[in-house]
Amino acid sequence: MIIEKRAAGLPAFVTDYLGMALALAGLIVYFGIKADNFFTVTTFRMIANQIPDITIIAVGMTFVLIIAGIDLSVGSVMALAGAVLGVCLVRFSLPLPAAIAVCLAVGIVCGLANGFVVIRWRLPAFIVTLGMLEIARGGAYLVTDSRTVYIGGPVEVITDMSILGLSLPFIIAVVIVVMGQVVLSCTVFGRYLIAIGTNEEAVRLSGIDPAPLKLGVFVLCGFLTSVAAVIHTARMSSASPNAGYGLELQAIAAVVIGGTSLMGGRGSVVSSFFGVLIIAVLGTGLAQIGAQEPTKRLITGCVIVAAVILDHYRHRIRKGGGTKRI
Amino acid sequence: MTPAKNKTLLKASGINKSFPGVQALSGVDFDLREGEVHALVGENGAGKSTLAWIIAGVETADSPEGQAGGMSLDGQAYRPGGRADAEADGVRVVMQELHLVANLTVAENIFIERMPSRFGFVDYEKLNRAAREIMKKVGLGAVEPSVAVRYLGVGQQQMVEIAAGLSWRCRILVLDEPTASLTDNEIKLLFAQIRKLKDEGVGVIYISHRIEEVIDIADRVTVLRDGKVIATRSTSELSLNDIIRMMVGRDLEHEQLRHGGEAGEVALSVVGLTLGDKVKDVTFEVRRGEIFGFAGLMGSGRTETMRAVFGADRADSGEIYLGGGREPVKIRKPRDAVRNGIALLTEDRKEQGLLLRLAVRANISLVRLCDVSRFGWINMSRERSVAGRYVDALSVRCSSTEQTVGELSGGNQQKVVIAKWLYRDSAVLIFDEPTRGIDVGAKFEIYHMLGDLAEKGKAVIVISSDLKELMAVCDRIGVMSAGRLVATFDRGEWSEEKIMAAAFSEYVTTRPGSKRSLCE
Repeated sequence: MIIEKRAAGLPAFVTDYLGMALALAGLIVYFGIKADNFFTVTTFRMIANQIPDITIIAVGMTFVLIIAGIDLSVGSVMALAGAVLGVCLVRFSLPLPAAIAVCLAVGIVCGLANGFVVIRWRLPAFIVTLGMLEIARGGAYLVTDSRTVYIGGPVEVITDMSILGLSLPFIIAVVIVVMGQVVLSCTVFGRYLIAIGTNEEAVRLSGIDPAPLKLGVFVLCGFLTSVAAVIHTARMSSASPNAGYGLELQAIAAVVIGGTSLMGGRGSVVSSFFGVLIIAVLGTGLAQIGAQEPTKRLITGCVIVAAVILDHYRHRIRKGGGTKRI
Repeated sequence: MTPAKNKTLLKASGINKSFPGVQALSGVDFDLREGEVHALVGENGAGKSTLAWIIAGVETADSPEGQAGGMSLDGQAYRPGGRADAEADGVRVVMQELHLVANLTVAENIFIERMPSRFGFVDYEKLNRAAREIMKKVGLGAVEPSVAVRYLGVGQQQMVEIAAGLSWRCRILVLDEPTASLTDNEIKLLFAQIRKLKDEGVGVIYISHRIEEVIDIADRVTVLRDGKVIATRSTSELSLNDIIRMMVGRDLEHEQLRHGGEAGEVALSVVGLTLGDKVKDVTFEVRRGEIFGFAGLMGSGRTETMRAVFGADRADSGEIYLGGGREPVKIRKPRDAVRNGIALLTEDRKEQGLLLRLAVRANISLVRLCDVSRFGWINMSRERSVAGRYVDALSVRCSSTEQTVGELSGGNQQKVVIAKWLYRDSAVLIFDEPTRGIDVGAKFEIYHMLGDLAEKGKAVIVISSDLKELMAVCDRIGVMSAGRLVATFDRGEWSEEKIMAAAFSEYVTTRPGSKRSLCE
């Protein structure tokens, strides 16, 4: 009946991330030895420039998965929000802050629509956001007349800014990761989300209305997607209606590698960030040792499955069979 | 009574078993004779199921140091490597939890491991014929063997599970809490089958919380406490109280449960509550400092009434008044109820009451997170100290407030639910089957908690299917029958007969032909 306290040792937050950090370090060391030019500032700067948009989307996705939802529309919504940004800047010549505001509003509206339909009619988020995936992609083509909108200067200011050698987008992404983790583990909102993902009916019967909280999560995911859209557009200097193709699956993969459960109730934003880093390092490293695209995808796929299997065992060990009835 | 000269079927000595952090069994000796029913009793977590599972090959005992302990069957060393091994030796177990495949038929479930077939196709005629024979024995004669199991009530499903166990020719049959959801009639049929098995020389290991049953059916009783054998005695030497005393290690006989204190002003008043045909025009009131019980048969609408009061289901009509107010309060969602000081402790605590994968701390603070937070920011040390306070006050047995609730025993899980609502400080507390699946010792602790709550001026409502329990703890008992509140008795006015008569009343007058449905 009485389960002895687990051997304490390191604080929980260190052990939680230790495995991920070791895996990442292992990859870096491996590619550092294998590839001649991997262990250089250029490589790391390249990775840092690549990942801000997917990192930000992965944060939103982590929240959605924690409440046992899913958002398949993030890639398309990013394209739509980016397209609106481009059109506002080029066709309507709006100043950058105004254009960004419109762009963010698009993301929020898409998230609101997703959340509203899921909650109001109690539909599976998988189907609803699959619908939004098509809607937003279609919207992106309509807005841009199916052509890439070249923006150039007005939007490049975002990527040009840097602090201590780190680009602004990368800093924004890291700040969002930290804030996301803090919200999740230190605030009432975060606690409610974990509780909803664990047992929504118990939460409802505890006198907490899950609907507005869940809506908030979908809106948050939409909002973060549009933030990613601004950064992505700035990096490309243009808005393409094809942007973010397949991004939803990359984001889910990163989050899952980080150990967030698709069944809800368990997850960590920082771990998702590690997931993004692992995928990015793997992709860059494999490219540098001469792997072609097919090989890269094959190996990335194996890593995703392996990560989930590892996570399964990690949790078995942690639980230690304590739930067994005796 | 089986003569003692019968030869020993199974002998186990010095059995040890530990799970991480728990010594489930230590040095347990046990033996089973031919044609004997040997009961295992003890509180939850005492090790009954573990011992039974080891005998049935579901679990393996820790290897004894220097061959000190082990099991023998018919004098031969017996060391099943798995359930299949044990079954090959004629040892079968019917588990406590249902293991039926809901979409398969009753017959298919009974014969799932050996479907009669011809050229790879199931021979349904033969299957159903064989199933019907077995089903008749356990009183399922009225059920078609070709009906999918999911259409049966829980009690009937349990009988199917038992039928599947009985259908095998075996030498030892282990029944783990077989009667948990059976009606009296079904229990009688089960006992008749057990007695028949005894006559055939089968040894039966019988695990149950219901001591009356054990005294009725068992030849010998082994009492376990904290993984150790307290005693093995012939049933004829023991009384109910002897067994309970051995189980909990103290005497519970003359505990005065309710002193009948002064009831205060009306705390909750429900008028004309109606919800479909489940709840019909229910009107009652509960005063502060009072424990009001709801008796009735399964499905009489007690749970539905309370869910409607709490806003978990939306009532069609009816008004709810709180604290003697003249204006009815609007309760559309559980949130409204909680804000108005009503708490509902649901019947199914795992599915509806607890966050099993989260810590004790998070479960307790959930209903009042704003109290341990500032500007939306949770103060972890405050949260921990609040949880610790309630854990101590209710003596929840857990390693720390960080322990996952899913790891606790049933009684301690229930205490966590109670702690959570105590923390919310609700004025009206509704308990739906608060002691279901809880061992005797913890039950009494919970009865005392109910009494304390009433003494503190709370209005307490208790739904229970255990009449003795209601009569022990309540000041007044309302009886529901077919969705109506048909009678209310004050303490002293009631008797078991009166309450049962009221519980059946609506069924007799409104649905004369539907007596069978009562058994489900």
